[in-house]
Amino acid sequence: MDPNLWIAMISILTAGLTIAIGSIGPALAEGRAAAQALQAIAQQPDASATITRTLFVSLAMIESTAIYCFVVAMILIFANPFTDLATQATGG
Amino acid sequence: MEISPDSWVLWDWRDWQLTATVAFTWLVMTILVTVSWLITSRLSEGETVSRWQVMLEVIVTTIRDQIKEVGAEDPNRYLPFIGTLFLFIATANLLTVVPGYQPPTGSLSTTAALAICVLIAVPLFSIVRRGVGGYLRTYLRPSPFMLPFNLISELSRTLALAVRLYGNVMSGTVIVGILISVAPFFFPVLMQLLGLLTGLIQAYIFAVLAMVYIASASRAQPGRDKDPDTETELADTEGD
Repeated sequence: MDPNLWIAMISILTAGLTIAIGSIGPALAEGRAAAQALQAIAQQPDASATITRTLFVSLAMIESTAIYCFVVAMILIFANPFTDLATQATGG
Repeated sequence: MEISPDSWVLWDWRDWQLTATVAFTWLVMTILVTVSWLITSRLSEGETVSRWQVMLEVIVTTIRDQIKEVGAEDPNRYLPFIGTLFLFIATANLLTVVPGYQPPTGSLSTTAALAICVLIAVPLFSIVRRGVGGYLRTYLRPSPFMLPFNLISELSRTLALAVRLYGNVMSGTVIVGILISVAPFFFPVLMQLLGLLTGLIQAYIFAVLAMVYIASASRAQPGRDKDPDTETELADTEGD
Protein backbone atom coordinates (compact mmCIF):
# COMPACT_ATOMS: atom_id res chain seq x y z
CA MET A 1 0.00 0.00 0.00
CA ASP A 2 1.07 3.60 -0.57
CA PRO A 3 3.07 4.85 2.44
CA ASN A 4 1.20 8.18 2.40
CA LEU A 5 -2.06 6.32 2.86
CA TRP A 6 -0.63 4.44 5.81
CA ILE A 7 0.64 7.67 7.35
CA ALA A 8 -2.74 9.34 6.87
CA MET A 9 -4.61 6.39 8.39
CA ILE A 10 -2.36 6.11 11.42
CA SER A 11 -2.31 9.90 11.89
CA ILE A 12 -6.07 10.18 11.96
CA LEU A 13 -6.39 7.23 14.33
CA THR A 14 -3.72 8.65 16.62
CA ALA A 15 -5.23 12.13 16.52
CA GLY A 16 -8.56 10.73 17.66
CA LEU A 17 -6.93 8.72 20.42
CA THR A 18 -4.87 11.76 21.49
CA ILE A 19 -7.92 13.91 22.02
CA ALA A 20 -9.99 11.10 23.53
CA ILE A 21 -7.45 9.95 26.10
CA GLY A 22 -5.87 13.33 26.64
CA SER A 23 -9.09 15.09 27.57
CA ILE A 24 -10.14 12.59 30.26
CA GLY A 25 -7.66 13.84 32.85
CA PRO A 26 -8.23 17.58 32.37
CA ALA A 27 -12.01 17.07 32.34
CA LEU A 28 -11.97 15.25 35.69
CA ALA A 29 -9.53 17.76 37.13
CA GLU A 30 -11.52 20.78 35.99
CA GLY A 31 -14.66 19.30 37.46
CA ARG A 32 -12.93 18.79 40.78
CA ALA A 33 -11.46 22.28 40.76
CA ALA A 34 -14.79 23.92 39.95
CA ALA A 35 -16.61 21.86 42.59
CA GLN A 36 -14.06 22.76 45.25
CA ALA A 37 -14.19 26.43 44.30
CA LEU A 38 -17.99 26.47 44.48
CA GLN A 39 -17.84 24.85 47.89
CA ALA A 40 -15.28 27.39 49.06
CA ILE A 41 -17.40 30.29 47.76
CA ALA A 42 -20.46 28.86 49.51
CA GLN A 43 -18.55 28.68 52.78
CA GLN A 44 -16.79 32.02 52.43
CA PRO A 45 -18.72 34.37 50.14
CA ASP A 46 -16.45 37.25 51.14
CA ALA A 47 -13.42 35.63 49.56
CA SER A 48 -15.21 34.95 46.27
CA ALA A 49 -13.10 37.46 44.31
CA THR A 50 -9.84 35.80 45.27
CA ILE A 51 -11.26 32.32 44.80
CA THR A 52 -12.63 33.16 41.37
CA ARG A 53 -9.33 34.62 40.21
CA THR A 54 -7.36 31.64 41.46
CA LEU A 55 -9.94 29.30 39.94
CA PHE A 56 -9.57 30.90 36.51
CA VAL A 57 -5.80 30.66 36.62
CA SER A 58 -5.86 27.04 37.78
CA LEU A 59 -8.48 26.12 35.20
CA ALA A 60 -6.27 27.56 32.48
CA MET A 61 -3.29 25.60 33.73
CA ILE A 62 -5.30 22.38 33.92
CA GLU A 63 -6.80 23.02 30.54
CA SER A 64 -3.39 23.54 28.97
CA THR A 65 -2.83 19.78 29.13
CA ALA A 66 -5.88 19.26 26.96
CA ILE A 67 -4.74 22.09 24.70
CA TYR A 68 -1.38 20.38 24.18
CA CYS A 69 -3.22 17.25 23.08
CA PHE A 70 -5.36 19.33 20.76
CA VAL A 71 -2.31 21.00 19.21
CA VAL A 72 -0.66 17.61 18.68
CA ALA A 73 -3.83 16.27 17.06
CA MET A 74 -4.06 19.30 14.77
CA ILE A 75 -0.41 18.90 13.76
CA LEU A 76 -1.00 15.22 13.01
CA ILE A 77 -3.98 15.97 10.80
CA PHE A 78 -3.15 19.26 9.07
CA ALA A 79 0.62 19.66 9.27
CA ASN A 80 2.00 16.16 9.48
CA PRO A 81 5.79 16.35 9.02
CA PHE A 82 6.07 12.72 7.90
CA THR A 83 3.91 13.13 4.80
CA ASP A 84 6.63 15.16 3.07
CA LEU A 85 9.24 12.66 4.21
CA ALA A 86 7.36 9.76 2.65
CA THR A 87 6.78 11.71 -0.58
CA GLN A 88 10.50 12.46 -0.82
CA ALA A 89 11.45 8.86 -0.07
CA THR A 90 9.18 7.39 -2.74
CA GLY A 91 9.51 10.15 -5.31
CA GLY A 92 13.24 10.80 -5.03
CA MET B 1 -7.28 23.99 5.67
CA GLU B 2 -4.99 26.54 7.25
CA ILE B 3 -4.30 26.37 10.93
CA SER B 4 -2.33 29.57 11.22
CA PRO B 5 -2.33 33.04 9.63
CA ASP B 6 1.35 32.47 8.82
CA SER B 7 0.48 30.76 5.55
CA TRP B 8 -1.61 33.70 4.34
CA VAL B 9 0.88 35.88 2.45
CA LEU B 10 -0.41 39.36 1.75
CA TRP B 11 2.56 40.81 -0.08
CA ASP B 12 5.56 39.19 -1.68
CA TRP B 13 8.69 41.00 -2.81
CA ARG B 14 11.84 39.04 -3.64
CA ASP B 15 12.73 37.20 -0.42
CA TRP B 16 10.47 39.29 1.74
CA GLN B 17 7.04 38.05 2.62
CA LEU B 18 4.45 40.01 4.52
CA THR B 19 2.30 37.42 6.22
CA ALA B 20 -1.08 38.11 7.74
CA THR B 21 0.41 37.54 11.19
CA VAL B 22 2.80 40.46 10.84
CA ALA B 23 0.25 42.70 9.16
CA PHE B 24 -2.39 42.15 11.83
CA THR B 25 0.20 42.57 14.58
CA TRP B 26 1.01 45.95 13.10
CA LEU B 27 -2.70 46.73 12.94
CA VAL B 28 -3.16 45.92 16.63
CA MET B 29 -0.06 47.93 17.54
CA THR B 30 -1.31 50.91 15.50
CA ILE B 31 -4.71 50.80 17.16
CA LEU B 32 -3.23 50.60 20.66
CA VAL B 33 -0.69 53.38 20.07
CA THR B 34 -3.10 55.70 18.28
CA VAL B 35 -5.87 55.34 20.83
CA SER B 36 -3.61 55.79 23.84
CA TRP B 37 -1.77 58.70 22.18
CA LEU B 38 -5.04 60.44 21.32
CA ILE B 39 -6.32 60.02 24.87
CA THR B 40 -3.15 60.93 26.74
CA SER B 41 -2.50 64.02 24.63
CA ARG B 42 -5.62 65.60 26.11
CA LEU B 43 -5.44 64.59 29.76
CA SER B 44 -7.06 66.97 32.22
CA GLU B 45 -7.16 67.25 35.96
CA GLY B 46 -9.99 69.75 36.08
CA GLU B 47 -13.69 69.46 36.73
CA THR B 48 -14.57 67.96 33.36
CA VAL B 49 -12.83 64.77 32.39
CA SER B 50 -13.44 63.24 29.00
CA ARG B 51 -15.02 59.82 28.96
CA TRP B 52 -12.02 58.38 27.11
CA GLN B 53 -9.75 59.47 29.93
CA VAL B 54 -12.06 57.81 32.43
CA MET B 55 -11.88 54.60 30.39
CA LEU B 56 -8.10 54.71 30.33
CA GLU B 57 -7.93 55.41 34.07
CA VAL B 58 -10.23 52.48 34.80
CA ILE B 59 -8.07 50.15 32.68
CA VAL B 60 -4.80 51.28 34.25
CA THR B 61 -6.03 51.20 37.85
CA THR B 62 -7.62 47.77 37.35
CA ILE B 63 -4.41 46.32 35.96
CA ARG B 64 -2.47 47.90 38.80
CA ASP B 65 -4.82 46.44 41.42
CA GLN B 66 -4.60 43.01 39.84
CA ILE B 67 -0.79 43.18 39.87
CA LYS B 68 -0.89 44.15 43.52
CA GLU B 69 -3.19 41.25 44.36
CA VAL B 70 -0.87 38.75 42.70
CA GLY B 71 1.79 39.69 45.18
CA ALA B 72 4.02 42.47 43.92
CA GLU B 73 4.77 45.17 46.46
CA ASP B 74 5.42 47.86 43.88
CA PRO B 75 2.89 47.56 41.04
CA ASN B 76 4.11 50.61 39.12
CA ARG B 77 7.37 48.86 38.36
CA TYR B 78 5.60 46.02 36.54
CA LEU B 79 2.66 47.97 35.13
CA PRO B 80 4.18 48.85 31.72
CA PHE B 81 5.25 45.31 30.87
CA ILE B 82 2.28 43.37 32.25
CA GLY B 83 -0.22 45.98 31.07
CA THR B 84 1.20 45.94 27.56
CA LEU B 85 1.06 42.15 27.42
CA PHE B 86 -2.56 42.12 28.58
CA LEU B 87 -3.74 44.94 26.32
CA PHE B 88 -1.98 43.56 23.25
CA ILE B 89 -3.32 40.03 23.65
CA ALA B 90 -6.80 41.21 24.61
CA THR B 91 -7.02 43.57 21.62
CA ALA B 92 -5.62 40.95 19.27
CA ASN B 93 -8.21 38.42 20.45
CA LEU B 94 -11.20 40.75 20.69
CA LEU B 95 -10.75 42.14 17.17
CA THR B 96 -11.97 38.78 15.82
CA VAL B 97 -15.44 40.36 15.72
CA VAL B 98 -14.21 42.27 12.65
CA PRO B 99 -14.80 40.15 9.51
CA GLY B 100 -11.66 39.19 7.64
CA TYR B 101 -9.45 39.62 10.67
CA GLN B 102 -7.25 36.73 11.75
CA PRO B 103 -5.90 36.99 15.30
CA PRO B 104 -2.07 37.18 15.24
CA THR B 105 -2.08 35.26 18.52
CA GLY B 106 -3.34 32.27 16.51
CA SER B 107 0.20 31.86 15.19
CA LEU B 108 2.84 30.10 17.23
CA SER B 109 5.42 32.71 16.19
CA THR B 110 3.58 35.55 17.94
CA THR B 111 2.89 33.65 21.13
CA ALA B 112 6.45 32.31 21.24
CA ALA B 113 7.74 35.87 20.92
CA LEU B 114 5.53 36.99 23.79
CA ALA B 115 6.60 34.04 25.94
CA ILE B 116 10.27 34.76 25.23
CA CYS B 117 9.65 38.35 26.36
CA VAL B 118 8.45 36.90 29.68
CA LEU B 119 11.45 34.53 29.80
CA ILE B 120 13.80 37.52 29.49
CA ALA B 121 11.80 39.82 31.73
CA VAL B 122 11.86 37.44 34.72
CA PRO B 123 15.66 37.60 35.28
CA LEU B 124 15.76 41.31 34.38
CA PHE B 125 13.21 42.35 37.00
CA SER B 126 14.74 39.98 39.50
CA ILE B 127 18.30 41.25 39.00
CA VAL B 128 17.18 44.87 39.25
CA ARG B 129 15.44 44.00 42.48
CA ARG B 130 17.84 41.65 44.22
CA GLY B 131 21.14 41.74 42.34
CA VAL B 132 22.76 39.02 40.26
CA GLY B 133 23.67 36.88 43.26
CA GLY B 134 20.20 37.06 44.72
CA TYR B 135 18.67 36.05 41.41
CA LEU B 136 21.02 33.11 40.87
CA ARG B 137 20.32 31.92 44.38
CA THR B 138 16.63 31.41 43.51
CA TYR B 139 17.70 28.45 41.39
CA LEU B 140 19.06 26.71 44.49
CA ARG B 141 16.10 27.65 46.61
CA PRO B 142 14.66 24.58 48.27
CA SER B 143 17.99 22.75 47.96
CA PRO B 144 20.86 22.64 45.43
CA PHE B 145 19.52 19.33 44.13
CA MET B 146 16.65 21.23 42.58
CA LEU B 147 18.90 23.15 40.18
CA PRO B 148 18.21 21.04 37.06
CA PHE B 149 14.50 20.99 37.76
CA ASN B 150 14.42 24.74 38.21
CA LEU B 151 16.20 25.17 34.89
CA ILE B 152 13.79 22.77 33.17
CA SER B 153 10.79 24.51 34.68
CA GLU B 154 12.10 27.86 33.41
CA LEU B 155 12.03 26.54 29.84
CA SER B 156 8.94 24.38 30.08
CA ARG B 157 6.79 27.14 31.48
CA THR B 158 7.85 29.37 28.59
CA LEU B 159 6.78 26.65 26.18
CA ALA B 160 3.57 26.21 28.15
CA LEU B 161 2.77 29.93 27.97
CA ALA B 162 3.31 29.99 24.21
CA VAL B 163 1.43 26.79 23.39
CA ARG B 164 -1.46 27.57 25.75
CA LEU B 165 -2.27 30.90 24.13
CA TYR B 166 -1.67 29.56 20.62
CA GLY B 167 -3.76 26.44 21.19
CA ASN B 168 -6.69 28.33 22.66
CA VAL B 169 -6.89 30.96 19.93
CA MET B 170 -6.13 28.49 17.13
CA SER B 171 -8.74 26.03 18.38
CA GLY B 172 -11.37 28.77 18.20
CA THR B 173 -10.46 29.56 14.60
CA VAL B 174 -10.34 25.91 13.57
CA ILE B 175 -13.64 25.02 15.23
CA VAL B 176 -15.38 27.94 13.53
CA GLY B 177 -13.86 26.80 10.23
CA ILE B 178 -15.10 23.24 10.72
CA LEU B 179 -18.57 24.35 11.84
CA ILE B 180 -18.99 26.64 8.83
CA SER B 181 -18.77 23.59 6.59
CA VAL B 182 -21.01 21.45 8.84
CA ALA B 183 -23.66 23.80 10.26
CA PRO B 184 -23.39 27.27 8.74
CA PHE B 185 -24.88 30.60 9.92
CA PHE B 186 -25.88 29.95 13.51
CA PHE B 187 -23.40 27.76 15.37
CA PRO B 188 -20.26 29.55 14.13
CA VAL B 189 -21.62 32.78 15.63
CA LEU B 190 -22.09 31.10 19.00
CA MET B 191 -18.59 29.66 18.86
CA GLN B 192 -17.23 33.11 17.96
CA LEU B 193 -18.94 34.53 21.06
CA LEU B 194 -17.32 31.78 23.11
CA GLY B 195 -14.04 32.62 21.39
CA LEU B 196 -14.31 36.24 22.58
CA LEU B 197 -14.68 35.04 26.16
CA THR B 198 -11.80 32.58 25.80
CA GLY B 199 -9.61 35.24 24.22
CA LEU B 200 -10.15 37.70 27.07
CA ILE B 201 -9.59 35.02 29.72
CA GLN B 202 -6.42 33.86 27.99
CA ALA B 203 -5.12 37.43 27.86
CA TYR B 204 -5.81 37.75 31.58
CA ILE B 205 -4.15 34.42 32.33
CA PHE B 206 -1.09 35.20 30.25
CA ALA B 207 -0.61 38.49 32.12
CA VAL B 208 -1.29 36.95 35.53
CA LEU B 209 1.11 34.05 34.93
CA ALA B 210 3.83 36.43 33.71
CA MET B 211 3.30 38.46 36.86
CA VAL B 212 3.40 35.35 39.06
CA TYR B 213 6.67 34.23 37.48
CA ILE B 214 8.22 37.67 37.90
CA ALA B 215 6.94 38.06 41.46
CA SER B 216 8.17 34.63 42.55
CA ALA B 217 11.65 35.34 41.18
CA SER B 218 11.97 38.85 42.57
CA ARG B 219 10.31 38.67 45.96
CA ALA B 220 12.50 40.35 48.55
CA GLN B 221 13.92 37.72 50.91
CA PRO B 222 17.61 38.42 51.33
CA GLY B 223 19.76 35.55 52.46
CA ARG B 224 17.34 33.14 54.07
CA ASP B 225 14.38 30.97 53.27
CA LYS B 226 11.11 32.64 53.88
CA ASP B 227 8.22 31.74 56.08
CA PRO B 228 5.77 29.50 54.20
CA ASP B 229 2.89 31.54 55.60
CA THR B 230 3.92 34.60 53.63
CA GLU B 231 3.53 32.81 50.32
CA THR B 232 0.69 34.16 48.25
CA GLU B 233 -1.78 31.61 47.10
CA LEU B 234 -0.86 32.07 43.46
CA ALA B 235 2.77 31.20 43.95
CA ASP B 236 1.69 27.58 44.23
CA THR B 237 0.65 27.51 40.61
CA GLU B 238 4.05 28.53 39.30
CA GLY B 239 5.43 25.06 38.69
CA ASP B 240 3.52 24.19 35.56
